[in-house]
Amino acid sequence: MKDNISREEILRKLNSVFCDVFDDDTLVITENTTADDIDDWDSLAQITLIAAIEKEFGVRFDVKTALTLKKISEIIDFIEVW
Amino acid sequence: MEILHYPFDSQLILRTKKKIRRELLAENTARLKKKIAILCGSTTAEIRVVLELFLLDQGIEAEFYESEYNNYWQDVMFGNPQLLDFQPDLIYIHTTSRNLSLLPKITDYPEAIEQKLNEEFERFQSMWEKIAESFHCPVIQNNFERPFFRLMGNRDISDVHGRSNFVSRLNQKLYEYAQSHQNFYINDIDFLSACFGLEKWNDPFYWHMYKCAPAAPAVPELAFNLANIIKSIYGKNKKALALDLDNTLWGGVVGEDGPDKIEIGQETAVGQVYSEFQSYLKDQQSLGVLLTINSKNDMENALAGLNRPDSVLKPEDFLIIKANWQNKDQNLKEIAEELNIGTDALVFVDDNPAERHIVRSQVPDAAVPEIGEPQDYLITLDRSGFFDVTGLSEDDLSRNEMYKANIRRVHQQAAFTDYKEYLLSLEMKAEIKPFSSVYMARIAQLTNKSNQFNLTTRRCTEAELSQIAADPGYITLYGKLSDKFGDNGVVSVVFGHKESDVFHIDLWLMSCRVLKRDMEFAMMDELVRRCRAAGVKTIRGYYYPTKKNAMVKDFYGILSFIKIDENTDGSTIWKLDISEAYERKNTVITIEE
Repeated sequence: MKDNISREEILRKLNSVFCDVFDDDTLVITENTTADDIDDWDSLAQITLIAAIEKEFGVRFDVKTALTLKKISEIIDFIEVW
Repeated sequence: MEILHYPFDSQLILRTKKKIRRELLAENTARLKKKIAILCGSTTAEIRVVLELFLLDQGIEAEFYESEYNNYWQDVMFGNPQLLDFQPDLIYIHTTSRNLSLLPKITDYPEAIEQKLNEEFERFQSMWEKIAESFHCPVIQNNFERPFFRLMGNRDISDVHGRSNFVSRLNQKLYEYAQSHQNFYINDIDFLSACFGLEKWNDPFYWHMYKCAPAAPAVPELAFNLANIIKSIYGKNKKALALDLDNTLWGGVVGEDGPDKIEIGQETAVGQVYSEFQSYLKDQQSLGVLLTINSKNDMENALAGLNRPDSVLKPEDFLIIKANWQNKDQNLKEIAEELNIGTDALVFVDDNPAERHIVRSQVPDAAVPEIGEPQDYLITLDRSGFFDVTGLSEDDLSRNEMYKANIRRVHQQAAFTDYKEYLLSLEMKAEIKPFSSVYMARIAQLTNKSNQFNLTTRRCTEAELSQIAADPGYITLYGKLSDKFGDNGVVSVVFGHKESDVFHIDLWLMSCRVLKRDMEFAMMDELVRRCRAAGVKTIRGYYYPTKKNAMVKDFYGILSFIKIDENTDGSTIWKLDISEAYERKNTVITIEE
């Protein structure tokens, strides 16, 4: 990313996106969190997450990457190198 | 809810939609319940969720049926039992250019393209006809957005081999169908996608990943536009604009700068901006939107501004001019009262954020748009969809005249001490007849928006009313009232059904614009006459209380009915024996044959 923000900072911002999308202020995500760890993480939530992450970080997913993202750490990797 | 009002932040709505929903449901306001079927050519879960939010905000609580992805046509044509069971009040067909299967090829002969066009149209037409036959409910159909690529470049739009040309011609066929069919409405995504940006609207990422068309970020725009059509169908449009003057209808402050110095007209760029906005409002008026002024000004200065020869809007264009120094929320409440409409039917337009804030806090159900800079006023009002036109009745076109006549009646009344003499002086004439197709749009409109003089508050679509009118088990009546000041149009609707010699009144309503004119008595006389002719011996009336209809709590008592039952929720049942003598109740209105 242009602003060179740290992984911790990206994770913190991602956490706030997740809290909004799942309407749960107590939700805590880590680098190891996957879709299986969050009950409501279905395909509809996936669409919302993609749109919200693109907006929050000014990134744009490509189809191939979006299909392979399974873990939070992979999302952070993607944002970091964008 | 603020976050859902135009101009809104689409991304924020998407991201926080669960929270928005939770908060809307917690509001616990009375809402209209409707069953909406979404038949789709793409993934629509996101659309359903966001549409639900906008509808809740407009006072409509929707229950949804969603067809399987791309099963819209099959669901209708082969009679999906789940859809039949669901009995939708409204069907929305969400299709996009992605769903077109017959598209022109460069090698096609023009005749072959013509045939593809007709076949594609007929595929849709057969579906709409099947819906009309099976469901008798309003249908909203998307038109088609322009394809996001142009194989032939600029020639794609003019050459019959171009997809752009094909889609544009297919749309024309949709519009022709809409012009000749009631209860069929176009959701104009062609316009929306252009406003949003066609490339972003059609972002292939969302299509290939999730079969979403349009792309997720465009969904709030789509859902908002759709909610505006739906709320309009169910009579929830706004009715009147309450407009500020200084820096809203013209540039400058008339009380300080003087009428010669305010900016309006074609002389300056700023003047032109305000003139264009005034012209837009004048055109809104011709659609039946009521115009009023709510301004902190001396009346003399307000009139001097409006009387400038280059002002598009003149004092006589406004039903009410409140130019005084009292608080604007107070003025707004008085405007609602004098027009006899709810504050929830008002849109307050003011350039001053402080005034908007106070009105929003004191009159929470009025719409108070964030109108932006002067050059944005027109677009903000236009895109907000407050007055989205789904049916245009004669009544809409002459509404301003009717309200003016009402104001003249109030002046006339002041000259009489005896109320009956006043009523006689109005020389009223009524036409009271069974429902007729000419007035069906107006009758439907009344059943959906009358709240106060409404005994059962039963809401009906035009399609349901047509069915009822054709059913011999029903007696239906509309009442039209005119007097020496003008024609009020259709103002009262009554219908009910017969069970052997008992007649049950399913709906009785009257527009508040003719309260205290004895029109309800004229309706009763005619109802009794028709009931007797049909062999009815007893009439039963029902009163179901709502937040707004307390004024008719004892209506049947006034008509000499006897109360036979009362429930804990306040609803009552009444009966009247008409086998014996019946004394006509109306003595002031002449009934036209």
